[in-house]
Amino acid sequence: MSGSHGDHGHHHREPESALSLRVRALESLLVEKKLVASDAIDRIVAAYEEDIGPHNGAKVVARAWVDPAYRARLLADGTAAIEEMGFGGVDLQVVENTPGVHNLVVCTLCSCYPHALIGLPPVWYKSFEYRSRAVREPRVVLHEFGVDLPASTEIRIWDSSAELRYLVLPERPAGTERLGEADLAKLVTRDSMIGVAVIKPPAGAAR
Amino acid sequence: MNGIHDMGGMHGFGRVEREENEPVFHARWEGRVMGISRACSVQRIFNIDESRHAIERMPPADYLASSYYERWLDRNIRLLVEKGIITREELERRIAQLAAGTDPAPPHTDPQLADRMLQVAKGRTHYRQPGPPPRFALGDRVLTRHDAPAGHTRLPRYARGKPGVIVRVHGTFVFPDTNAHGQGEQPHALYSVRFDAGLLWGESAEPRAPVHIDLWERYLLPDAPARGTS
Repeated sequence: MSGSHGDHGHHHREPESALSLRVRALESLLVEKKLVASDAIDRIVAAYEEDIGPHNGAKVVARAWVDPAYRARLLADGTAAIEEMGFGGVDLQVVENTPGVHNLVVCTLCSCYPHALIGLPPVWYKSFEYRSRAVREPRVVLHEFGVDLPASTEIRIWDSSAELRYLVLPERPAGTERLGEADLAKLVTRDSMIGVAVIKPPAGAAR
Repeated sequence: MNGIHDMGGMHGFGRVEREENEPVFHARWEGRVMGISRACSVQRIFNIDESRHAIERMPPADYLASSYYERWLDRNIRLLVEKGIITREELERRIAQLAAGTDPAPPHTDPQLADRMLQVAKGRTHYRQPGPPPRFALGDRVLTRHDAPAGHTRLPRYARGKPGVIVRVHGTFVFPDTNAHGQGEQPHALYSVRFDAGLLWGESAEPRAPVHIDLWERYLLPDAPARGTS
């Protein structure tokens, strides 16, 4: 959290970092050349902070859980299926977890990620540790995330290398038969849609 | 290129560290860098493949020592300088001016630019383009090329010269290897190719952990005569 500035004002008590100054200088130059407008940056930053996040992907997952026809369309053509729900900005491939198959998404070359559905990637997804290791020792990496799968489960790793992005359709947890779509969406986590988490049954679900 | 960015399978990096309740941006400047990048991209100042390649061209020691958005900042400056839009001297002068408390840039707003940037985040993509029909079909066995191209490529080093199986035919997509170098989009077939872990990592491979990579047809050679079986 070092270097975090809660306000946008010019009354920093700590001296401004060289990095922050360099970025302000670049923005200033580009504003002067009318290639960048500060209000445009404000709006895209706000969009990612407030609007474009995992709650979008969660709605898609919940719909797939309650609607088998939608699930089939989502797996066949993810791009078209999310458009039905008003989402775009990504060419999407959805991969489905089943009792014998677990999917895990990584981008070893950079940071490819389905932003439009789950927001900007967390630091760990972009880390050298995750990028180098997820393809070679996925079980060890998953263990670090607290996920231990049966030895019989196939772990399918998707090294996301194209402008086609991957979203994991997690398994619907047991004990959620009575939940509606909106409540189901609340159970779906970002990490489960990357494949580094398994969704646990909600507290009190088991009767 | 045989770059530091091509990290799949490398040893030596430690545990994956997670941050609870991680903010979208850890400092205000990170969001500004992201926004500047988006503004450049919607105005076609640079395309996504050029921008990835610019990060790959960072000196390897700098790449490893930089945070994610520091690499983005380096990329933005590198490409804007290369394209003649800014100079490094101009940037240093502006840093000095801001440090002295004056910003000579007149205020400028552009609601349409903001709309376009948000449209990219939410609207239709343009990576899927018409192109020649695919040469390979589902179940075909292929062999990846074993080149060491100096330029941009999306075939990771760990999967060069390896046999795999086509598990999905995605359609035709813009080709990064040419689009990164001003040689046009050259869209052609993109496939999902499955590789057995043992063929990638040898005896140290974990069982039942196949790796799938999206690969363009020009990375692939036919491997065996059997077609449509798996």
